[in-house]
Amino acid sequence: MSRALLLLRRRLVGSIFVLLIVIVGTFLLLEAAPGDAVDAYLVSTGGDAGLVEAMRQSWGLDQSAATRLANYLWALLHLDLGQSVAFSRPIRDVILERLPVTLILMGASTALSFGVGSALGIYAGARPGSVRDRVLSTASLALYAVPGFWLALVLVIVFAVDLRWFPISGFETIASGKTGFARAADIARHLVLPVTSLGVIYLALYLRMMRAGMAEVWRLDFIRAARARGLSRRRIVLAHVARNALLPLVTMLGLQSAQMLGGSVVIESIFSVPGLGRLAQEAVAMRDTPLLLGIILVSAILVVLINLLVDIAYAFLDPRVGASEASA
Amino acid sequence: MSDFSLTRRSVLSGAAVLLASTALPTIGWAQEPQKGGRLTVAADSEPRNLNPAIVASNGVFFISSKVVEPLAEADYEGKDGLSPRLAVSWEGSEDGKSVTFKLREGVTWHDGKPFTSADVAFSALQIWKPLQNLGRVVFKDLEAVETPDEHIAVFKFAKPTPFQLIRNALPALTSVVPKHIYENGKIEENPANTAPIGTGPFKFAEHKAGQYYRLEKNTAYWGKSEPYLDEIVYQVLPDRSAAANALEAEEIQLAAFSAVPLADLDRISKVPGLKVVTKGYEGLTYQLVVEINHRRKELADVKVRQAIAHAIDRDFVVKTIFLGYAETATGPVPKNDKQFYTADVPAYAFDVAKANALLDEAGYKAGADGKRFKLKLLPAPYFNETRQFGDYLRQALAAIGIDAELVNNDSAAHMKAVYTDHDFDLAVGPPVFRGDPAISTTILAQSGIPDGVPFSNQGGYKSAAIDAIIAKAAETLDAKARTDLYKEFQKKVVEDLPFINVADWTFISVASDKVGNIADNPRWAVSNWSNTWLAQ
Repeated sequence: MSRALLLLRRRLVGSIFVLLIVIVGTFLLLEAAPGDAVDAYLVSTGGDAGLVEAMRQSWGLDQSAATRLANYLWALLHLDLGQSVAFSRPIRDVILERLPVTLILMGASTALSFGVGSALGIYAGARPGSVRDRVLSTASLALYAVPGFWLALVLVIVFAVDLRWFPISGFETIASGKTGFARAADIARHLVLPVTSLGVIYLALYLRMMRAGMAEVWRLDFIRAARARGLSRRRIVLAHVARNALLPLVTMLGLQSAQMLGGSVVIESIFSVPGLGRLAQEAVAMRDTPLLLGIILVSAILVVLINLLVDIAYAFLDPRVGASEASA
Repeated sequence: MSDFSLTRRSVLSGAAVLLASTALPTIGWAQEPQKGGRLTVAADSEPRNLNPAIVASNGVFFISSKVVEPLAEADYEGKDGLSPRLAVSWEGSEDGKSVTFKLREGVTWHDGKPFTSADVAFSALQIWKPLQNLGRVVFKDLEAVETPDEHIAVFKFAKPTPFQLIRNALPALTSVVPKHIYENGKIEENPANTAPIGTGPFKFAEHKAGQYYRLEKNTAYWGKSEPYLDEIVYQVLPDRSAAANALEAEEIQLAAFSAVPLADLDRISKVPGLKVVTKGYEGLTYQLVVEINHRRKELADVKVRQAIAHAIDRDFVVKTIFLGYAETATGPVPKNDKQFYTADVPAYAFDVAKANALLDEAGYKAGADGKRFKLKLLPAPYFNETRQFGDYLRQALAAIGIDAELVNNDSAAHMKAVYTDHDFDLAVGPPVFRGDPAISTTILAQSGIPDGVPFSNQGGYKSAAIDAIIAKAAETLDAKARTDLYKEFQKKVVEDLPFINVADWTFISVASDKVGNIADNPRWAVSNWSNTWLAQ
């Protein structure tokens, strides 16, 4: 277990600097975008000079960028994410409200793409060059070439508008009064289409990686040795070929978690799912710098945590990882 | 299918004719208003503040006008185009310094407390005048509100204020909020701003951020037997195609404010059970305007501005960009305005040859490459149509040798570039006509407006004649004389072209056939929906 702890310590120290760079970078980027939160707000209301000035003052936008950044970092040190100007609510509340939705969406999509993708990959990679391998490889290539938003729109039209098997949008039935298991089932029904659109493209990626990895492992000497020892084909495929091909997939899992946070912006908008991605897009449109910083901070922490889990999983799967540090 | 809606009146008279002519007492199921049901409506945004007394904007009204009511609402047939709400009558004094409102009796707030003139006085003096985006202009000279009894409120103005303007401002500017909720603490931070309390037919029930708003029937509503609906739910649908899909799948029953894009209307109007309604937005007309930066020496020349006006094919714009759901504009007041519009203004027919001749005359000869000069063109990103018109205008200008470079920004960046930094030569804007030139279109021509005021004259235009008309109209009490001044204003603006009006448009609703009594007033989408009903 000490290997895992060492990894944890090294990761945490490194991530603090990464997070700081991310915060300052995002702040500067949003600062460089023309127009501020007041400009964004006035689009829907208008207002005279006095009102505009009073609004800038009460939202703290009359201060210099450096002061605002310093104030933000100081508040952050006290674990205070600040107040959202676009929602006029504490940022912590706004984010906490959306975080579970994003986690469920991401978790389900990742489970779908990783689980089904690697299973199909093993199926295809068990006999490289066979008919089923070619069919699956071609299908996955086609799937991978499809843009996610397009797939989402097609799924909506076919399964929600025409067949009406699933609801078009939303996270759960409005004011249904459902609780417990009934509510969970309701949410699951609403998430079928978004999870499918988000997960299917990565599914193709996992399938291809697993299949390609296995094709390589088949050629290695130890597989021939295993065959010579008379192991069953099933055992060779699962315990030797697939296990060795699994490592790059686990790395991919860490990378994908970060990408999915970004990809979910589009999917969350199309399906009207109240997640972090949509919130981030609104924060940019409304020039709500502190809110965007809060979202990025939370997402960054999420990605760091997931990668940490991936590293720990790696350490278990591959005894070579972290061995040097453990002995040092 | 367009321009179709059911009002109770037309249904009843239609039924009467039917009865008289055939003596068959059969009225269709859809014609008898029914009680109950949940109306689910598409919403594309979630305003940060839902208090219509502070923020008089369509996005806020769309939801909160069902909860918080104004003194009067716009009406197709009523006197002065109004129907009473919280006020039952209104009267202006001869000297223009006082307006007396008789208030409705027996009205209670959603928390059970009685509604009185004190609430009106508080809303007017503490909110409309100092805090409201539009009220700050109209009520700037409001000095006091006298409340001789619980149901009379007398507005006292320091300077004569045209009663016509006050009347025209009633629907949008006079939402009354309860004094007992707002009198303690800072008004801008009151929790009732996000969970409004009013006198309206519906009570605010809940808001799930990113998902929906829910309103519940107010069983103690003053309008007897109203409202019909049990609930209104606003489902937040940020995606452009979502509203049309949700209508088709019968998950929602209404998409207002053109939530269904114009390009989809043709297809959606053929879906059985859905209707396209173009009425009900006359009081919320948007104007497609080319804003001009007069600091550019070429654009400071009226001949160049006239050339641009001649280069725009307004019929093409209406037909191709608005797919017919708009009217060509002749000047700064839209044709559908009954009080102020005049057709007696110079016309700029689509005439490329004439435009070219005007530019030659102005001294901007085409160079060897056929180009006269370059411009920066900023179309506002708020509507599909403003962006598309930007693309069109670029081509139209190319035809007369003006090389326009399109600059596409998002909303906040566009606001800053045009209204604060003046970093544009031409801009495409969609200002709203609010039923009175004093609170809408004049601000685009008036000089002396500070930098940073959105949707105003930020192009550096200055005309003593136009400024004088605007100033005079602001203190002219007689409605006829005031109207004439604004007709003069329209003429002057079209002559000198501080900005160019291209088209006027209102929104489109798509609704299920099951929804009754929609679009029965000129501000229907932002009115209280007390008589709207749903066939079960």
